[in-house]
Amino acid sequence: MKKITLFSIALSLFLFTGLFAGAAGAADQVLMMATTTSTDNTGLLNDLGPMFKADTGVELKWVAVGTGNALELGKNCDVDVLLVHAPATELKYVADGYGVDRREIMFNDFIFVGPKGDPAGVKGKSVNEALKTFAARKIPFASRGDNSGTHKMELQLWKAAGLPVPDKETWYIQTGQGMINTINIAAERDAYTLTDRGTFIKYEANWKGEPPLAIIVEGDAALKNQYSVIAVNPARCNKAKYDLATKFSEWMASAKIQKAIADFKLMGKQLFFPNAKK
Amino acid sequence: MDYLGSGFLRALVLLFSGDPETFSAVTTTLEVSSLSILASLALGIPGGFILGYFEFPGKKQLRALVDTLLALPTVVVGLVVYAFISRRGPLGEMALLFTVPGIALAQTILVLPIVVSLTATAVEGLDRRLRLTLITLGANARQIALQTLLEARFAVLTAAVTAYGRAISEVGISMMIGGNIKWHTRTITTAVALETGKGEFAMGIALGIVLLTLALLVNAVLVTLRRKQ
Repeated sequence: MKKITLFSIALSLFLFTGLFAGAAGAADQVLMMATTTSTDNTGLLNDLGPMFKADTGVELKWVAVGTGNALELGKNCDVDVLLVHAPATELKYVADGYGVDRREIMFNDFIFVGPKGDPAGVKGKSVNEALKTFAARKIPFASRGDNSGTHKMELQLWKAAGLPVPDKETWYIQTGQGMINTINIAAERDAYTLTDRGTFIKYEANWKGEPPLAIIVEGDAALKNQYSVIAVNPARCNKAKYDLATKFSEWMASAKIQKAIADFKLMGKQLFFPNAKK
Repeated sequence: MDYLGSGFLRALVLLFSGDPETFSAVTTTLEVSSLSILASLALGIPGGFILGYFEFPGKKQLRALVDTLLALPTVVVGLVVYAFISRRGPLGEMALLFTVPGIALAQTILVLPIVVSLTATAVEGLDRRLRLTLITLGANARQIALQTLLEARFAVLTAAVTAYGRAISEVGISMMIGGNIKWHTRTITTAVALETGKGEFAMGIALGIVLLTLALLVNAVLVTLRRKQ
């Protein structure tokens, strides 16, 4: 009896490992990227991915997560290249040796959106004034709360306004979710929130141009949202495909793709503005 | 509320027009859950048999452990498996992260306790006289094991169906280990999460209906199998 059970255990273990073997190979011309939710949710990468394949023969695979999570995946050598938007964090990341060749590719801007009637009465005011009003009058505000690029920007804005982050306030709703989800939560709760313009245009498109939220504060210089490509440091991660990452970075900065980024529109509105340096 | 109605219509269109994205998510889902079910049955049926059939010291504690693992949260399995198969993890060399076999590996760990626990319960529940009869008839150890499992086949089938339901419907592991990569590791559940994230609620509901249809088909096949026996 003992022999038999040992045999069946050995056999099933053998089957088990056999099933998962062979997963390795067949991965040479694939570039693995970690990126922020905005480039994916808006549909930009759905356009660019096939173009990259047609131009270079390299297949681009991406996982769309918050910028904090994307940087972490790069740290763990699980991806080859990053497309993210948190400049201050990125510079530290490169200085710490996790990434190399940071290249600015495009930008859009952050906007404050809120209920159409603007109950806080901050329309057209500066970012500082708006935040101070939210804090003073306890106006509901939805925060990403997920360490994403947008979340980092929001924390920076509270700091710049000279206010503590209202972490435990009841009017401060930390969703811990992606941008569109957070906008949806803001809409349900009659709250204000900070979003990148691209995602908000996508949200407007979902509502066929008649969303319950409107743009309240925009155009402040502090609200620029810069996207950059960073290659994962091949000296730290020997499996990282540095040559393909470089190819992708150069391709994103090429005149043809910069124009394709400018031409990417939803409801006739441009979402991203190319600004790669030649 | 109109999401539900338009979602239902969209589901019909997706199913009957052979939409390539939906089709890819369906095949990925089937591939992942079939792999993980095969692996968990191969390990779990012998494991459950041993746990249910033999008396050994520590059996009760082991049983309690297996039953506790029935409550394994998918995100925890995802995190632990990620730590192992990340390129900087101990199994990083196998390059399993963001692949179908990677998801299947993690799902196997998720559903294995279901197969072990339900198989053990089934074997325990059999008439004690069966064993004695088999021994009297001169059956050897292998024949005893096979006959016992044959007697318990319906319960084992239930274990397989339950495990399949858990594997096909989970989203935490597929998201974390698979990465929801279009055409490669996007399963139906991660696609639903994505569509919801994009605010395309009707599309999300449509995909949910597609998933339920799949589960219905699998169960229909099993019901017919049961009738024939």
